[in-house]
Amino acid sequence: MLRLGFELARRGFGRYAAYPGATWAGIFTNTFFGFLIAYALLAVFDQRDSVGSYDARDAVTYTWLAQGMLMTIYIWGWFEVALRVRSGDVATDLQRPLDFQLYWLAQDLGRAGYHALFRGVPPFLVGALVFDVLVPGDPVVWLAFTASLVLAVVVSFAFRFLFNLAAFWLLDYRGAGVLAMVASTFFSGQIVPLAFFPDWLETLAWALPFAAMVQAPIEVWLGHAQGAELVGLLGLQALWAVILLGAGRAVLAAGMRKLVIQGG
Amino acid sequence: MLGIYRRLIGARIRSQLQYRLSFWLNLIGTALLTFLDFAAILVLFHQVDALGGWTVAEVGVLYGISCVAFALADMIFGHLDQLPEMIRMGDFDQVLVRPLGSLLQVISADFALRRLGKLIQGSIVLAVALAHADVAWTVGRAAMLVVAILAACVIFAGIWIALSTIVFWLVDSHEAVNAFTYGGNFLTQYPVNIFGSWLRRLVIYLIPLAFTAYFPALYVLDKADPLGFPRALQFLSPVVAAATCLAGWALWRNAVRRYRSVGS
Repeated sequence: MLRLGFELARRGFGRYAAYPGATWAGIFTNTFFGFLIAYALLAVFDQRDSVGSYDARDAVTYTWLAQGMLMTIYIWGWFEVALRVRSGDVATDLQRPLDFQLYWLAQDLGRAGYHALFRGVPPFLVGALVFDVLVPGDPVVWLAFTASLVLAVVVSFAFRFLFNLAAFWLLDYRGAGVLAMVASTFFSGQIVPLAFFPDWLETLAWALPFAAMVQAPIEVWLGHAQGAELVGLLGLQALWAVILLGAGRAVLAAGMRKLVIQGG
Repeated sequence: MLGIYRRLIGARIRSQLQYRLSFWLNLIGTALLTFLDFAAILVLFHQVDALGGWTVAEVGVLYGISCVAFALADMIFGHLDQLPEMIRMGDFDQVLVRPLGSLLQVISADFALRRLGKLIQGSIVLAVALAHADVAWTVGRAAMLVVAILAACVIFAGIWIALSTIVFWLVDSHEAVNAFTYGGNFLTQYPVNIFGSWLRRLVIYLIPLAFTAYFPALYVLDKADPLGFPRALQFLSPVVAAATCLAGWALWRNAVRRYRSVGS
C-alpha cells in the first residue's frame, strides 16, 4: 500500500516536471506578484509599526511564503475529479482495486512536492535577496513548518476533493468550484494576512478550515505560535484534515449510490 | 471586418445564454472572485487611513477604472490566452489559410460573457468610490473619466497583444504574460507611488500601465502627483494607448510572418 502510494506520488511529481518552460514562466509570474503585494503591505507599515503580531519584516516574509505556497497548496482551479465524474470515467476508477480518495491524495502529495521545490523555493529566494526576510534559525521551527505544510496540502486536497464531488449532483460543477475558490482564497490568508482582518472577521476565519491551508504554516514559520500554541495549531490542522477527508468519503459513498441508480 | 466580428461574437454569446442557470452562476462567481482584490484593499484600509497618501475612496477610483477597463479588454482579447493551445494543436495553421485577419480570428474564437461579472462589480466600486471621493465635477473631469477608461482598455489590449507574441517562440511559457496582463490589472488598482523605483520606471516608461488609472485619476481627483511628474502626463493616456496598440499590432504582424507550424 505504501509502495503504491509512493509510486502514485512519483507520477504526480513527474507529470508537472514534464514542462520546464511552464515552470519558469510560473516562477516569473509568482515573483512579479510577490513584489506587488510586498510593496502594498509595506505601504501599510509606512503608517504604523505593527499590525497585530506582524511587523514590516513579518509582512514581507508572509508575502513571499504565500506566493511560494500558492502552487503547492493549489487552492485554485482543480477539477480533475469533477471531470472524471462528468465524463463517467469515475465508474472505471471505482472498479480499480485501490482506494479512490487515497489514490488522488497520493498523486496530489507528489504534485505538491514538485511545486514546493520548483515553484515555491525560487520566488522565496528572489524575495529574500531583495527584501529583509525572516528565516528561522531554530531547527524545531523548520521541522514544525514542514509538518504544517504537509498538513496544509492534505487539508487543501480534502477540501478540493469534496467540492469536486458536487459534480455527482450538479451539471455545472464550476459554479460550486468558483464559490469554493472565493471562500478559500479570502479566508485562508492567501491574499492578506488574517492578522490584518477586523477582529470579528479574523475569529470567523480561524473557525473555518481554510486558515489551516495557508495561514497556519506561515504562523509557524514566523514563530508566532510556540510551545503549546504550536502543538495546538498543528492539532487544528490535523483535525481539519480528518474531518474533511471523512466528509469526502461520506459524500463519495452517497454519490456512488446515485451513480448506481443512474446506471453510471 | 467589424460585421463579421459582430456575427461571430453574437453566436458565441447566444450559445452561452443557452444554459441560463449556468450563466448566472458563472457571472456571480466571477464577480465575487474578482471582488476579492478590492476586499483585500478594504482590509488594508481597516488598519490605516491612507496608502501612499491616497484615501480608500481615491484608491477605489483607481480600482474602478482599472477593473472596468480590464474587464472590457479581457472580454474582447482574453482569448489570446488560448493561443499556445491553438499553436500546439495546429489550429493556428487553419487560421492562416482563412481570408480574415489572424488576430481577429484568434480573439473571436471565444467571448467569455461571464467576465461581465467583473465589469459590473468594478462599475459599482467605481460609482461608490466617486461618490465618496468629493470630486469637484466639471465637464473636463467627467470627460476625462470616460476617456481614461477607454484608453486604459486599449492600453491593456495593446500590452496583451504585444506580449502574447512571445508564445510564438516559447509555447510553454505563456504564463509569464499573465504577470503583465492580470498582474498589470492588479498593479494599477494601487497608487503607483507605493511601488519600488524600478517598478515605477517600468510602468511609466516601458510597459505604460501608469497611464491606465494613475495619471488620469490624479486629474479627476484634482490631486497633487506624489511623484511630482508634470500635469501634462495626465492628458497623455489616449496618445499612449494609440502607441501601445500600434506596437502590439506591429509585433503581432512580425510574429505571424515568422511563424513556423509545429508540423503536426
